Amino acid sequence: MRGETTTVTAPINADTVRAAATSDAGNREALDPSSPVAVFGKDEPLHLDAGIDLSPLQIAYNTYGELNAERTNAILVCHALTGDHYAASRSPVTGRPGWWSSIIGPGKPIDTDKYFVICSNVIGGCLGSTGPASINPETGEPYGLSLPVITIRDMVRAQAMLVERLGIDTLFAVIGGSMGGMQVLQWTVSYPDKVFAALPIATGARHSAQNIAFHEVGRQAVMADPDWQGGRYFAHGKRPVKGLAVARMTAHVTYLSEMALQRKFGRNLQDREAFGFGFDADFQIESYLRHQGMTFVDRFDANSYLYMTRAMDYFDIAADYGGSLAKAFQNAQTRFCLVSFSSDWLFPTEENRAVVHALNAAAASVSFVEIETDRGHDAFLLEEPNFFAAIDGFVSSAARARGLSS
Amino acid sequence: MTLSADTRAHGPTATSETVTATPAGIRLDLEVIADLVAPHSRVLDIGCGDGALLQLMQTRRQVDGRGVELSQAGVNECVARGLSVIQGDADRDLVHYPDDAFDYVILSQTIQATHNPKVVLSELLRIGQRAIVSFPNFGHWTIRYAVGLRGRMPVTRNLAHAWYETPNIHFCTIRDFVALADELGATVETAIAINATGQKMGMKMPWWFWNLFGQQAVFVLRR
Repeated sequence: MRGETTTVTAPINADTVRAAATSDAGNREALDPSSPVAVFGKDEPLHLDAGIDLSPLQIAYNTYGELNAERTNAILVCHALTGDHYAASRSPVTGRPGWWSSIIGPGKPIDTDKYFVICSNVIGGCLGSTGPASINPETGEPYGLSLPVITIRDMVRAQAMLVERLGIDTLFAVIGGSMGGMQVLQWTVSYPDKVFAALPIATGARHSAQNIAFHEVGRQAVMADPDWQGGRYFAHGKRPVKGLAVARMTAHVTYLSEMALQRKFGRNLQDREAFGFGFDADFQIESYLRHQGMTFVDRFDANSYLYMTRAMDYFDIAADYGGSLAKAFQNAQTRFCLVSFSSDWLFPTEENRAVVHALNAAAASVSFVEIETDRGHDAFLLEEPNFFAAIDGFVSSAARARGLSS
Repeated sequence: MTLSADTRAHGPTATSETVTATPAGIRLDLEVIADLVAPHSRVLDIGCGDGALLQLMQTRRQVDGRGVELSQAGVNECVARGLSVIQGDADRDLVHYPDDAFDYVILSQTIQATHNPKVVLSELLRIGQRAIVSFPNFGHWTIRYAVGLRGRMPVTRNLAHAWYETPNIHFCTIRDFVALADELGATVETAIAINATGQKMGMKMPWWFWNLFGQQAVFVLRR
């Protein structure tokens, strides 16, 4: 594991750390998840791209629906940067419905009457899978920055271990948006014969310079917070909430669109008739962003945010194949459907289309839909009838091809 | 290519078969094309619209079908119907496909709307073993009448747009198309003309007759 990155070397009492770490609901879930977990011991380490074997390993997950007798109806849903495995059930941290409850469920586009849906917290996350907030058994302290940097490929490797543990040989489909979409693409490249259908949404085969730039701003905000303590904030009973909130505020702007901001907020003032001639949240948009930042810090671990953003930054499928994306998809037997949103400037249509062109060059079966909306990148989490129709059409036709539909 | 007897010999195989009477109201040329495609083949339909032809070929010929469509509304409808279709442009996006990726590449009622029909046609012949192209015949007597006698650009049932709003920018006649195929070194395997009443025209008719009375044409080309 990594060397020490902090100058603070006060003796650590494991109980104190645990008490500090479990002082809020978010980190309680990191240490004692209320969902099912799969534990992999010393004999089953996760081989990380960083060149290190991680063990023991814990993966927190949820499932919805029933696995059929042939074990052919499993759909893996991959979550985004700050998502979790509560895709279709109430989050124990926020108490809110699952982030894709509108899409996953009985009779919904991802129909749990027909499919067995698995959603796991990614490695490096903070809702129960091994991540920087987890306790390193060797030190009794949270890993913090001593956890090796995690990549999208590592996340997918861990998911493959979970899928195997659940007794599933081939996934009927892998579906996800944004960072989840990156995982979907990685699945089709790492395990091409284990994915029958793939639905990458609002994503790309690599993280762009602009996206890396925004992530870097967020990380610097976290690390500039004195309470970050070189990543060992739990040991000091602190959390870098201000830095993390600023990181979230910046990122949140990239998830929306100029049009949507103008439509929702315009230059409207917040609870006042005139400017306050100060630096309070005069504008509604300021108040909204501050609220987004504040609520985020209650549910997310700051170090995990660093790891998640880094994983996305490192993602570049073509780089693993001599710069040729088409080569990555060569002989792909998976059926693909890509979806982009017209006002998404984080993963613009062109990024998605680049994947489509590579799949065309590999003569793969691919559909591609651009959904007209002004709701930006976050549209993949919202109710968009055309989006739902596309998911439904693609999944249903794939199910017929797989012999799943009656 | 000139109007050789050899080409005529590869003309339509059935004569005067009525193709209008489709219960589902399927476009004439789509019926004709679906019949030309071998069962279980790999097919790319460029300008696939709402996917009617792809669906027809899938149910009737069990093809492995893919589509490209310019309009997003068309693509969305196709994907919602479970068809494998991408948003794309015949003029721009064919370059991404490898050689010989498909048994048939189909361009149905689309070539007249492309910016560079010659390039598009040669791309079809590169990507597919065979290219199937259907188009409205600008040599049809009604069009000649409109231009030649009335002195107006034609607006007909098949060509419903006025000149200033039509997406069709590169019209050709049946003879023009045969000449282009010849220039590209393509062999005409099958040629079918459909008259105004929706009937395939007899193979014994000479090319000038087709060019005058064929409202639509369907060609199967091979490299």
